[in-house]
Amino acid sequence: MDLNCSLFVGAVLFVAGVVCMATKRNGIGVLMGVELVLNAANLNFVAFANYTRLGLDGQVFSLFVIVLAAAEAAVALAIALSFYNNHLTIDVDKANQLQG
Amino acid sequence: MTGHQLLFSIFALTTCGGALAVVLSQNVVRMAFWLIISLGASAGLFFLLNADFVGTAQLLVYVGGTLVLLVFGVMLTASGPFSDFKTRPGETFMAGIVALSLLLMMVFTVCSVDWKKVVAATNQGVPISTAQSVATGFNDSEEGNTARPLGMALLGIRVDHGIDSGANANRIGYLLPFEIASMHLLVVLIGAAYLARAKRRVQEI
Repeated sequence: MDLNCSLFVGAVLFVAGVVCMATKRNGIGVLMGVELVLNAANLNFVAFANYTRLGLDGQVFSLFVIVLAAAEAAVALAIALSFYNNHLTIDVDKANQLQG
Repeated sequence: MTGHQLLFSIFALTTCGGALAVVLSQNVVRMAFWLIISLGASAGLFFLLNADFVGTAQLLVYVGGTLVLLVFGVMLTASGPFSDFKTRPGETFMAGIVALSLLLMMVFTVCSVDWKKVVAATNQGVPISTAQSVATGFNDSEEGNTARPLGMALLGIRVDHGIDSGANANRIGYLLPFEIASMHLLVVLIGAAYLARAKRRVQEI
């Protein structure tokens, strides 16, 4: 198995995440799309770390990505809960109060 | 087909299938379930790519932590009977076209690069001297075994580039980003607890 297979899997994950972010109207679904995109980036980092001279640096970067994704999920869920408390829905189309 | 290739194919298909099922399913609880499947299978891919510590962290942090958080979010924001989260068929069609073109673009880009040449070009840097006396574990150094070098790198010592001071002087580890990430986690979790706190309504007497 060479580098291309891992990059293909990463591409599929990335596209699935982008489509999930774009089409889901549930706020939690958008968050899951973000997780998929970050996981695709992780997979590419680890694949390049294995097959090229990137070495340990790629794995360190993917560790940081995992940590920051956890932090991002915590904050985004807090925002979603706060939005739900105020609007009694989590439809992202309803979040249009800043619309001019 | 060797066992490694077979395992890689199984994990890759599970990862891609889980991601597609996340996109295609409409129920948010099923989306969370398929996300668990996809992320767990990609942890298997990490193990196959000799990144054992990253795979373990993926299983612990993502599948154990983030997904539980997401499921709690699903539970706490139960949608009412009037909310309709279905996407319209036209939107689904357009999203499918855009997704297919994006995927084809990336696949053609990956195929058009001669990765062997790229790898050979990047290999002309400084030689790696693996300090086996520090980096050895129970397995061969070719098969994962990255927990100790990763920990040393996060402390600022690059075991994989040799521990003698000559080669290590200009190769600074990741101590500062590690500290920044830890402070970032602290600030973020305090902020999340502040945002998601139960608000007391002021009761007029």
